[in-house]
Amino acid sequence: MKIAEDNPPILSALDRPNSYIGRSVPRPNIKRLAQGRGQYVSDVTLPRMGHAAFVRSPHAHARIVKIETAKAKKSPGVIAVVTGAELAKVMTPWVGVLTHLKGLKSAPQHAIAVERACWQGEAVCAVVARTRAEAEDACELVEVAYEELPALTDPETALDAKTPVLHASLGDNLCFERKLDVGEVDKAFAESDAIVETTFMFGRHTGVTTEARSIVADWNEGEQRMTVYQGTQAPHMMQDLFAKHLGLAHQQVRVLTKDVGGSFGIKVHTYADEMAAVALSKLLKRPVKFVADRIESFVTDIHARDHRIKAKIGVKKDGTITAFEIDDLTGIGPYSVYPRTSGIEANQIVGLVGGSYKCPNYRAQARVVFQNKNVMCQYRAVGHPIATAVTEALVELAAAKIGMDPLEIRRRNLVPDDGYPCAAPSGLKFEQLSHHESLAHLDSLMNYAGLRAEQKKLREKGIYRGIGFASFIEVTNPSAAFYGVGGARITSQDGATVKLDAQGMISIASGVTEQGQGAEAVLAQTVATSFGVPIEKVRVITGDTDNVPYGGGTWASRAAGIGGEAAWQAGKALRANVLAVAASILQAKPGELDIRNGVVVDAASGTERLPLEELARVAYFRPDTLPDGIQAELIATRHYVPRKWPFAFTNGIQASYLEVDVDTGFVKLLKHWCVEDCGTVINPQLVDEQIRGGVVQGIGAALYEHCVYDERGQLTNGNMADYLVPMAAEMPDIEIGHVVTPTGDSELGAKGAGEAGTAGAPGCVMNAINDALRPLGATPLTDMPFTPGKILAAIGKA
Amino acid sequence: MSDRVDITLTVNGEPVSERVEARKTLVDFLREDLALTGSHIGCEHGVCGACTVRVNGDIVRGCLMLAAQCDGATVETIEGLSDSGEIADLQSAFEQRNALQCGYCTPGILATAQDLLRQGGVPDRATIREHLSGNYCRCTGYHAIVDAIESVAQARAGKR
Repeated sequence: MKIAEDNPPILSALDRPNSYIGRSVPRPNIKRLAQGRGQYVSDVTLPRMGHAAFVRSPHAHARIVKIETAKAKKSPGVIAVVTGAELAKVMTPWVGVLTHLKGLKSAPQHAIAVERACWQGEAVCAVVARTRAEAEDACELVEVAYEELPALTDPETALDAKTPVLHASLGDNLCFERKLDVGEVDKAFAESDAIVETTFMFGRHTGVTTEARSIVADWNEGEQRMTVYQGTQAPHMMQDLFAKHLGLAHQQVRVLTKDVGGSFGIKVHTYADEMAAVALSKLLKRPVKFVADRIESFVTDIHARDHRIKAKIGVKKDGTITAFEIDDLTGIGPYSVYPRTSGIEANQIVGLVGGSYKCPNYRAQARVVFQNKNVMCQYRAVGHPIATAVTEALVELAAAKIGMDPLEIRRRNLVPDDGYPCAAPSGLKFEQLSHHESLAHLDSLMNYAGLRAEQKKLREKGIYRGIGFASFIEVTNPSAAFYGVGGARITSQDGATVKLDAQGMISIASGVTEQGQGAEAVLAQTVATSFGVPIEKVRVITGDTDNVPYGGGTWASRAAGIGGEAAWQAGKALRANVLAVAASILQAKPGELDIRNGVVVDAASGTERLPLEELARVAYFRPDTLPDGIQAELIATRHYVPRKWPFAFTNGIQASYLEVDVDTGFVKLLKHWCVEDCGTVINPQLVDEQIRGGVVQGIGAALYEHCVYDERGQLTNGNMADYLVPMAAEMPDIEIGHVVTPTGDSELGAKGAGEAGTAGAPGCVMNAINDALRPLGATPLTDMPFTPGKILAAIGKA
Repeated sequence: MSDRVDITLTVNGEPVSERVEARKTLVDFLREDLALTGSHIGCEHGVCGACTVRVNGDIVRGCLMLAAQCDGATVETIEGLSDSGEIADLQSAFEQRNALQCGYCTPGILATAQDLLRQGGVPDRATIREHLSGNYCRCTGYHAIVDAIESVAQARAGKR
């Protein structure tokens, strides 16, 4: 383990000559995106394409009495008006459960509601027309008679006996429950010198991807084949689901994912309206396009968080944490989302709370209850922002109570860096983390002592600044333990096919997908390095189920660690194949040769022997000149899945420095720091930018973002004027540092980096606000987002 | 009254004459009628800035202006700004600094950044952030975008 240079040297530990590992090379796809020459699904048009729009339920819960479509059918440009019952003849419903989340239950969900609408925004009828505008015009003419039903909108009463049961077949409104009791919790609390007990609230929020969810489905009746252009993170998963619910074979479904305008976990789920678009194409035998508008996005893109957590920590005078206890209640939508379920976030929270600390005593309960609100599912960092915020707020509140510095209490309780491998009380296994090294790096990076001195001086002038921290752990590189073992056909392995073309250049086809995070750059870097060519000679292909190896795509920070390793291994395999051919041409031994910078060389001396272009010429056009028995194999595929560890945990620590205006309640973010350890850093710039973007998404949760529902289940702020997102003027500069602890599960040693920023930032900002307001005797703020009104209330000014 | 309007305008230096629906927004016109898909649709209510284009020299929201209002106008989109080379240095800085990830907000951000830089001088980071305050980026957290614009401002002023 070592602290990495923030500007690492050209060569790293994986020091093949001409290594690109550890170098900030630009992404291969960035130039065209910067010229507006991307190809997003919303840009795709096909011959005979119809545009779908949906009539959506205005009620949170209502019986659909009657749908009158005659007028709509006569509207200009209309191709078809289709109800849920009609579409159900083409597409079967689904149920979002996983068998390893014991007891998790849900009800069948249709592409378009049949008989009953269960949340405001659920589609009840589709219109397909020549243009989107004409489809929307016709939607206005569809007359739906509803009988409003009682809406479940308060998670706290969802399990009360007098509360109506949303799905009678399920018996109650409990989707999933998990309990854990490890060590001697009651005894530990009894022996504590101080106890902090509080309730945390995490508002619902959503992804607000800049490009809304988009799909173009093209059923070719002559070919009996469905081609789907979709902005998705998981093309093979979607291929499986489209096939399954349309009654097709995988071979009859091709999913193409070109440029995607932001994902963040939003675009890795099954959406009823996207399933409907695919079914409509099959029904109408022509291409159908659906692009959600922003208002639709707010009521149908998965929401996340919405947890109420009662939490408790015990601590001794010397700072020793004695026990953690949490009781989590989360209200999801009317259905568990398919196929990843709506139980994972609560499950993660139970697993993660306290996971950075030595404390062996932990009790947790989590209950997930159905609500008549939009569906909830996994969004960037899934559970981590909540588990981290709860844990880290408890730690800092406990530190304040016993008068200890917040970094000091962490030093005394974080699992020591030489204490691995080990397991959290919840059973999560850690290979090797670096909490203390990270903390030490952060301490110096931010000049903690200097900031404390500045803070003290300014307080004397009536300026209230706060410093907050959050140590965190993050699940990355998931094995089959995440979904596969629960029966979901979501692959955790990934493949890469690497080939040498007739000009001696390389192409990589990979099962992971590019969402802008830079997966294609990482693939190019790994193969350029392990095979031995300049990166300019490498071309990357992703997002096409017809043409890339079967893979999981992009989620749970897996693209670099899993897709990158498969590509690394494929590059090595192809190098061996090419050297076998080179050896026969050069009458040398393969082991004495290497490929460097696109040329076959003598491994020992580096003397150039044969350019790849010449080798390719011989192999492809004059194979007759090769000796008998020598067949050039210029393509190689390798697959990889983590086997030694269920997950490659990363870790790190963030800090926030901010100023609270005690007259207005506004928070000004002054600076943010993050030191993290994602193992081998393949591309430092891309890692840093993943962290920065993630931090800002977490800041959004802490300060702005909230899907506000009223008691009737109406989303009251579902537009970008009322739902606030982080904008440039309010965001701080963010400084990044690294500690490098490679995972031993792969040769590359890379872990994921996509979610760590989002995991730590909300708790960190919360702690900083409470630190700023502590001298004013404020009630600690624990109800996100921290709006100016809540801040003023906390200091008695509201 | 007809619900269609004849308009003649210049788009990226090329003369265009089209008959458009009166209700059609400028960005829908650019994307659907002219197939200029570099201008993106994010929110359709003037908040996110993904549809930012230049009309008669000023940046506007393509979703808040009707195509019918553009009769006689000069419109410049990312396609035009790219091909003319006007923002080549900005694009290069964005590429080098990884100041875009998914790239969906980027055409609008580049137009907004160029609007600021055309005002001359070397704006400080707070000014850059303020000028970008109407352009939503979900991926980057803005830091890299500010870095890229700052570096171009300095280069154009001959300070780098």
